Amino acid sequence: MTGKTITEYEITHRELGLSDEQAVDMYRYMLMARKYDERGLLLQRAGKVNFHISGIGQEAAQVGAAFALEKGKDYFLPYYRDYAFVLAVGMTLKELMLSLFAKADDPASGGRQMPGHFGYKKLNIVTGSSPVTTQVPHAVGIALAAKMKKKDFVTFVTFGEGSSNQGDFHEGLNFAGVHKLPVIFMCENNQYAISVPYHKQVACESIADRAQGYGFPGVRVDGNNPLAVYKVVKEARERALRGEGPTLIDAVMYRLSPHSTSDDDLAYRTKEEVEEHRKRDGLIQYRQYLFDCGLLDEEKDREMTEQIMEQVKDATRFAEQAPYPEPEDALRHVYAE
Amino acid sequence: MARMTYLEAIRTAMLEEMERDEDVFVLGEDVGVKGGVFGATRGFYERFGEWRSLDTPLAESAIAGVAIGAAMYGMRPIAEMQYADFMLPATNQIINEAAKIRYRSNNDWSCPVVIRAPYGGGVFGGLYHSQCPESVFFGTPGLKIVAPSTPADAKGLLISAIRDPDPVIYFEHKKCYKLIEGEVPEGEYTVPIGKADVKRDGVDITVITYGLPVHFALQAAEQLYEEEQIDALVLDLRTLQPLDTEAVLEAAAKTGKVLIVHEDNKTGGVGAEVAALIAEHLLYDLDAPIRRLCGYDVPAIPISPPLERFYMLNTDKVKQAMRELALY
Ligand SMILES: Cc1ncc(C[n+]2csc(CCOP(=O)(O)OP(=O)(O)O)c2C)c(N)n1
Ligand SMILES: [Mg+2]
Repeated sequence: MTGKTITEYEITHRELGLSDEQAVDMYRYMLMARKYDERGLLLQRAGKVNFHISGIGQEAAQVGAAFALEKGKDYFLPYYRDYAFVLAVGMTLKELMLSLFAKADDPASGGRQMPGHFGYKKLNIVTGSSPVTTQVPHAVGIALAAKMKKKDFVTFVTFGEGSSNQGDFHEGLNFAGVHKLPVIFMCENNQYAISVPYHKQVACESIADRAQGYGFPGVRVDGNNPLAVYKVVKEARERALRGEGPTLIDAVMYRLSPHSTSDDDLAYRTKEEVEEHRKRDGLIQYRQYLFDCGLLDEEKDREMTEQIMEQVKDATRFAEQAPYPEPEDALRHVYAE
Repeated sequence: MARMTYLEAIRTAMLEEMERDEDVFVLGEDVGVKGGVFGATRGFYERFGEWRSLDTPLAESAIAGVAIGAAMYGMRPIAEMQYADFMLPATNQIINEAAKIRYRSNNDWSCPVVIRAPYGGGVFGGLYHSQCPESVFFGTPGLKIVAPSTPADAKGLLISAIRDPDPVIYFEHKKCYKLIEGEVPEGEYTVPIGKADVKRDGVDITVITYGLPVHFALQAAEQLYEEEQIDALVLDLRTLQPLDTEAVLEAAAKTGKVLIVHEDNKTGGVGAEVAALIAEHLLYDLDAPIRRLCGYDVPAIPISPPLERFYMLNTDKVKQAMRELALY
């Protein structure tokens, strides 16, 4: 699916009920995630951190979704590329950096987990692991609790398209479909699972097709367009709150970075292919949209970028100087103390 | 003989077996075009084509289950689990299916599948790219489990595993991949499954171990011999199931002092069974209580450098435990 330019944007932020300020904020979070991510890659290359996994190219869908959900109420189960999502629901750059440097104050795990493995009870971000798709049944379980306790929140869970082949995905969706649970499944379909392209992972045209077998709607959306994603997540949330059950969203996008800092992506795809997709980068397109709407110009954009770069620098310095956990901390929290 | 890394030895074993027998093939995540995330199948796609170096959908239960099906037909599949941590979705297929196929069919069917699983820590992999899940499978009759420590054993055991008539889990320590180099016999070289190996002979204490810590024990043994004339026997189990009981008892009886070392956490680990065997057969021949130096009983290895360092064994930690036992 190709991205859209302003003239092709089917719907404007105002039509969706988003204020101009919110529209600009969406861009701010996308940009913040991008700058964090680029710094993560540099820090890894410089040997300052051991590992970084990138979400570059996926920010638009993440921010679009975050703005359609209710902070402080809904439950979130993001996957390892969701930096823009977690920033948009309240995490700070300093917190992300603490996790990247595996420092004691990393809110996700106290430096135990790889970066990108989010978790923050204060923000309703549920702790996640590396084995892919295990979070899907958890999201269903939280949605089950919402229904049992008659609470009006939804759960929102993301994963990759390759991960939609795990049993946990199918078992979770089926469970949610049977009980019409208030959960939104969003696939960040970036065309690759490490080296394996979409058509070697799944034989159906869209991940959204899979919802049919579980008795609820599947929606395919341009993942490079934050407003389009906002719209479908918003509708899915309303459906869930009306008691009509889950929605599966196939947000189509492209992984612009290698899988992780351990991957050489040119072993399985060409530079030309990546460059082709770079032209449809959701961040660039949305920037143009804001320019066209008169909400952003070169100067404002430069100012915002500088401000974010300053924050990234600050956060890096802060996290670099923050203390590591004590070695014996490795023994703590196996059970309640 | 050719000098190569542990990883290269694994690759060579598969390559030679695939050239010898067209029924041998590899399936797993990223094993085709990319040649595996660690490069174990590098070049296979070009050499043997897509089917014999098969990129699978991301679903370990299917990787194991499909391999089992193909093996029941008569193929010789090698199923690669990208990380041992991620083979847990496949445990139902491995434990309920692969392990029981011969037994449940009263020897009518069999399942000669190899499941390769990169395991172990020390690579800043964090909780889910560092685990040692051997104890999950250990104690499941019907499965064979091997865990080589050297390039030669890596090649010899993998060839034996591929030719074995029953399911074999092949644990390869990913820290050894590039770190450990050694001489590897060329051509058809097999190491029998079920045979431990005395990697260093000695008379004062016996260290029984497998995988990466074999190298810590060997280094520690050299240092202790030079510095304090403590002469340690190092027994590399190589096969975890079936355990080489005879070799274990012989090595234990020889010195009367036994230290068992493994990276997997202590409780319920392979070492517990080794200790029980020795106690069952040799208790009154021992000159010291059996000791174990193992991973801590925590769920997994954290990524933060001080935490990982704290968890992981190293030459100094093993040397210290060996010295204490020698002085007992
Ligand atoms: C159960 C399991 N198997 C294998 C892996 C190793 N692995 C990590 S990410 C990944 C590919 C995931 O692809 P996809 O679901 O498309 O998500 P993407 O990384 O493209 O965002 C694999 C195979 C894993 N983390 N978990
Ligand atoms: Mg993907």
